[in-house]
Amino acid sequence: MINTADMLRIFQEYRGDSIVVPGRGSRHWSTISTIPNRDIPLGDPAMGGHASFALGLALAQPGRKIVLFDSEGDVLMSLGALVTIADKQPSNFYHFVMDNECYATTGGQPVPNAKNIDYALIAKGAGYPFTHAFDDLEDLAGNLEAILQERGPVFVSMKVHPEIENEPIHRREKWQTRTVLEVIQDVKQEMGVISS
Amino acid sequence: MTQQNAQLSPETILAEFNKNDVTHVVTLPDSETNWLYLLMDADPTIAIIPVSREGQAMPTAAGLTVGGKKPVILIQNTGMMESGDSIRGWGLGLNTPVVLVIGYRGWTRHGGNRPSDVANFTEPFLFTLGIKYFLVENDEDSTRISMAFEEAASTNRPVAVLIADEYHGFNR
Repeated sequence: MINTADMLRIFQEYRGDSIVVPGRGSRHWSTISTIPNRDIPLGDPAMGGHASFALGLALAQPGRKIVLFDSEGDVLMSLGALVTIADKQPSNFYHFVMDNECYATTGGQPVPNAKNIDYALIAKGAGYPFTHAFDDLEDLAGNLEAILQERGPVFVSMKVHPEIENEPIHRREKWQTRTVLEVIQDVKQEMGVISS
Repeated sequence: MTQQNAQLSPETILAEFNKNDVTHVVTLPDSETNWLYLLMDADPTIAIIPVSREGQAMPTAAGLTVGGKKPVILIQNTGMMESGDSIRGWGLGLNTPVVLVIGYRGWTRHGGNRPSDVANFTEPFLFTLGIKYFLVENDEDSTRISMAFEEAASTNRPVAVLIADEYHGFNR
């Protein structure tokens, strides 16, 4: 099992100038990223949509690397998104999935068939040309730079420790420093979609 | 059954897309739009993004919009209802200025549908989400599509166009 914060710290070393959609990793990534205007932490607009959002962004900005930190619960909710991504073959899309085998934000209930799903195999079957699976941080760290040089779409499944939250949502510590609309405004300016 | 005499042609819809500089069409085919699909597929200025569930369409469009492109969503009213939370979160929540072109399955102009027909729920659904919509029944209505694009751009919100031509060979 991989610690999510440790994984993101290693990713930061290789991030370059990529646009990062931190998804369920946003809480940790917000304290690790050194170029927040290239991050798109959106919270949870509607579960299962992050992969499609990142696909749209990758197609709109083909000259930029788009890196998504998705979750297995989100992937399961929109498995069909994988075939759309494979259909469009965005060469700049890096789809990392954090598999903690449960719905951590709702108390840790297991996802269906939690311990027996091979997400990398599912992605391979959907048509991703490059897929990887890791359950060890050192193994991932040793391969990450090369993975980020592969031609997308690339799928990376990672077994991560669940960080289960049982506090009611309104009592949880807020990590956001910007509203979602400010986040979008900032990244649009950063990409030159709108002028500053 | 009362039906319209005028028809809505797929070429008219595509011309509106082109006039409004549409770059991508995020779509799940329905029984009414195959000829339009073929026309779009042959148009080099428009990229089709096929989804397998309508709930994927709005986040895809949101990503395209953040990246500076101008997508439309082309789905049926059944799929619109299936993707309700996605429209709420990724459309309304992110201020996504996108036009949804919705096939108005079951539209009969005079009512008379069975209680469970999807047509009965289409406009109340949009009303509930606070999404403005324009009804397009024939070619003469087509300027309403441009009005929808203008509305989406000026309000930074999703706007719907209801394509109400189920009985006139839109599919050819």
